[in-house]
Amino acid sequence: MTQPTTANAASRGFLTEGGKYPGLLGWIFSTDHKRIGLLYMYSVLAFFLVGVTLGVIIRLELIAPGETIVSAQTYNALFTVHGVIMIFLFIIPGFPAIFGNLFLPIHIGANDVAFPRLNLFSWWLYMAAAALILISLFTGGGPPDTGWTFYVPFSAQTTTNVPLAAFGAFVLGFSSILTGINFVTTVHRLRAPGVYWGRLTLFVWSLYATAWVQILATPMLAITLVLLILERLLGAGLFDPGSGGDPIMFQHLFWIYSHPAVYIMVLPAMGIVSDIIPVFARKPVFGYWAIAFSSIGIASAGSLVWGHHMFVSGMSDMAILVFSLLTFIVAIPSAVKVFNWVATLYKGSISLDPPMLFALTFIFLFSIGGLTGLILGSAATDVHVHDTNFVVGHFHYVMFGGTGFAFFGAMHYWFPKIYGRMYHKKVATLAWGIMFTGFNILYFSMMILGLRGMPRRYYDYLPEYTDLNRVATVGSWILVAGLLLMFVNLIRGARHGAEAGGNPWGGLTLEWTLPSPPPAENFATIPVVDHGPYDYDRVSPPHE
Amino acid sequence: MNEPSHAVVSYRIFIAVWLLLLALTAVTVAVSRVHLGALNIWAALGIASLKSALVIFFFMHLKYEQRIFKIFLLITLVTLALFIGLTFFDVLYR
Amino acid sequence: MNDSGPPHPHQDDTGAKLGMWLFLYTEVLLFGGLFILYAVYLQRYPREFAAAAGELNLALGTANTVILLTGSLLVALSVSAIGRGNCGPAQGLLWGGAATGVLFLANKYIEWSAEIGHGIYPGSPALAQRPPGENVFFGLYYITLGLHGLHVLIGSILLAVMAVMTANGSIRRDRFVVLENSGLYWHLVDLVWIFIFPLYYLLL
Repeated sequence: MTQPTTANAASRGFLTEGGKYPGLLGWIFSTDHKRIGLLYMYSVLAFFLVGVTLGVIIRLELIAPGETIVSAQTYNALFTVHGVIMIFLFIIPGFPAIFGNLFLPIHIGANDVAFPRLNLFSWWLYMAAAALILISLFTGGGPPDTGWTFYVPFSAQTTTNVPLAAFGAFVLGFSSILTGINFVTTVHRLRAPGVYWGRLTLFVWSLYATAWVQILATPMLAITLVLLILERLLGAGLFDPGSGGDPIMFQHLFWIYSHPAVYIMVLPAMGIVSDIIPVFARKPVFGYWAIAFSSIGIASAGSLVWGHHMFVSGMSDMAILVFSLLTFIVAIPSAVKVFNWVATLYKGSISLDPPMLFALTFIFLFSIGGLTGLILGSAATDVHVHDTNFVVGHFHYVMFGGTGFAFFGAMHYWFPKIYGRMYHKKVATLAWGIMFTGFNILYFSMMILGLRGMPRRYYDYLPEYTDLNRVATVGSWILVAGLLLMFVNLIRGARHGAEAGGNPWGGLTLEWTLPSPPPAENFATIPVVDHGPYDYDRVSPPHE
Repeated sequence: MNEPSHAVVSYRIFIAVWLLLLALTAVTVAVSRVHLGALNIWAALGIASLKSALVIFFFMHLKYEQRIFKIFLLITLVTLALFIGLTFFDVLYR
Repeated sequence: MNDSGPPHPHQDDTGAKLGMWLFLYTEVLLFGGLFILYAVYLQRYPREFAAAAGELNLALGTANTVILLTGSLLVALSVSAIGRGNCGPAQGLLWGGAATGVLFLANKYIEWSAEIGHGIYPGSPALAQRPPGENVFFGLYYITLGLHGLHVLIGSILLAVMAVMTANGSIRRDRFVVLENSGLYWHLVDLVWIFIFPLYYLLL
């Protein structure tokens, strides 16, 4: 490989070169996968901050019983929009569209994805959909108040602006599908010589599994939302028991997508954790094929368990039994991953840099989220805790503690590669510590509250829940303080950080063979790869 | 990069397939006019599957594509079948 | 993009077709959701479904089946014609394919006008008087066939665009993957109809 480890001062790789147009136009019309990845990053993070703000307001309302700062109707809108934004605009596109776009082609030694223009189009769809959702808040009957799940019959009857928000989610589904098609085709067609399936990074494996879920499950959401919109416009009565329809069928169709969607959110997070751990333990990953196939296993098994969201819906007992059983099966490939990560750490030469701290936190918080998931997956216990704050705590452990922390880990891991500069590591560690503390205070309190019987989605509560609600609200402030510190540190790093060099962490995957930031056309010549991505036992990292 | 992926199929094969499809359409209409109880729907679905197979393998060239294309089709059909099948664990036993 | 130059060196036709097939699978699952609903409600209301299906226009439904199958044939033939360099015939076949789509939609218009004239449409007062199973049947009928009709419309436009591209030389013997992919889309429209036809028109 060539020697220069940092792009020269004048040119900062793809950040300054490439694109047919100057300035902003050179970004929003760029078909470069890295630029599209960054476009996604900035837009997704903007919506993340909106979602966080809504979440903080929700917590603030719950600081005391009774109406504190918002009315019941506003509260309903708040948790609905918080959910819609966090799920559809942040966490689903989060990993595939940002880090998948940025690094999947580089990881397989390609210069771009298979369909670059389609890739740009999917970002435009994302922005159009985001605009639709934002417009839905201020037009029609006001922001939707159904919860992000849009359940009928309420969603077919409420006067709020459900159709437009649902249409926005529909368009987002389209965007997500196009990303999935692009990634599957890219992995099949554009691997560089020597990058055979056994040499794919585990991040790419996880994105590949995710892409299949995006392709095969998302259309179900699309048709569900179309049916909901038509139900409101035409009143065909397909989900209305009075006209012969069945509202439980809406839940089936909705969760056929929305449960696999959980794996769209968490699989790539597991992928990046699998990539970070060997780098910072300086060891080949333990059980490469086990981790790779467990991604496929989770994607497959995870697509067949949607019914566990419906245990108390009036679904048949037989279905409860079957879905409960299948749900427990998903725990197996998930546990396979956790055991392999721990085994990779064993006797490793571990350095606790910020990306590693986030990755380890993922394992810890995801395990809590996963194990509490078993309580919900078992029908007998689910009956007691469903629709309580326990559920809310559980999925925030999985989604925020899991995917969210892995997302921050990925940001800290690839930051020097993307910007060519390094953030302040001590500040990053401090921000991590604050977030970790705030996170657990916030969501563990919610789980205890749920076990004690506090229902979710209520703006009011009985006086005996006051103490823990206060604790949780304080936790949300700590968490947000950590988040702000992290973002300030990253923004400062991107502008003024020290030059990071081509390979600050000593990674073996292909992005670390390129200068930081990578040039517009990734590889001057398509590389010929002669080692696996984690072969620390026989290869030394480039540019160290 | 370009594998021989553009097999040119003869006009005669396509016309034969089309005639077969028309014949199957006639059969499915005829069969549906005979009362067979629950068998009617399965006969209809069976003939429809046969017709789709003809369209997919000949008109859509799947017969001449690489194996990966066929594997993808299988994955999709199995997924759809599982979605329908698992839903029926609810609907049939309610 | 230069339309008259040699094929792009990085052109990957197999990749393009793979992507198109994946897209078609998303369409299969989109309609799959409607077929799940159909299966569930058929199981619940077998008699009502049969009674309602008997009111559909079998002659027009059969005619439309023949029309779509023929349209599929024309497009398949056009791909073979281009593969042999016969651009003129290919162009005619593509216009013919687009015409079958228009014909199909015209039939659909006649059919739906008559049905709506009888007061049968989603949410209509006449349907509300009927047994719930029939209401669900017609609701599914309009939504499924409407969605399919939308695909026929898009497919016809695509075929017309392909005919124009063939005429101006953008589609040639050495570069016609875009035609193949449009053809795939058109065949999918046919595939969906192959299932719609017996499930809605032939139920007894």
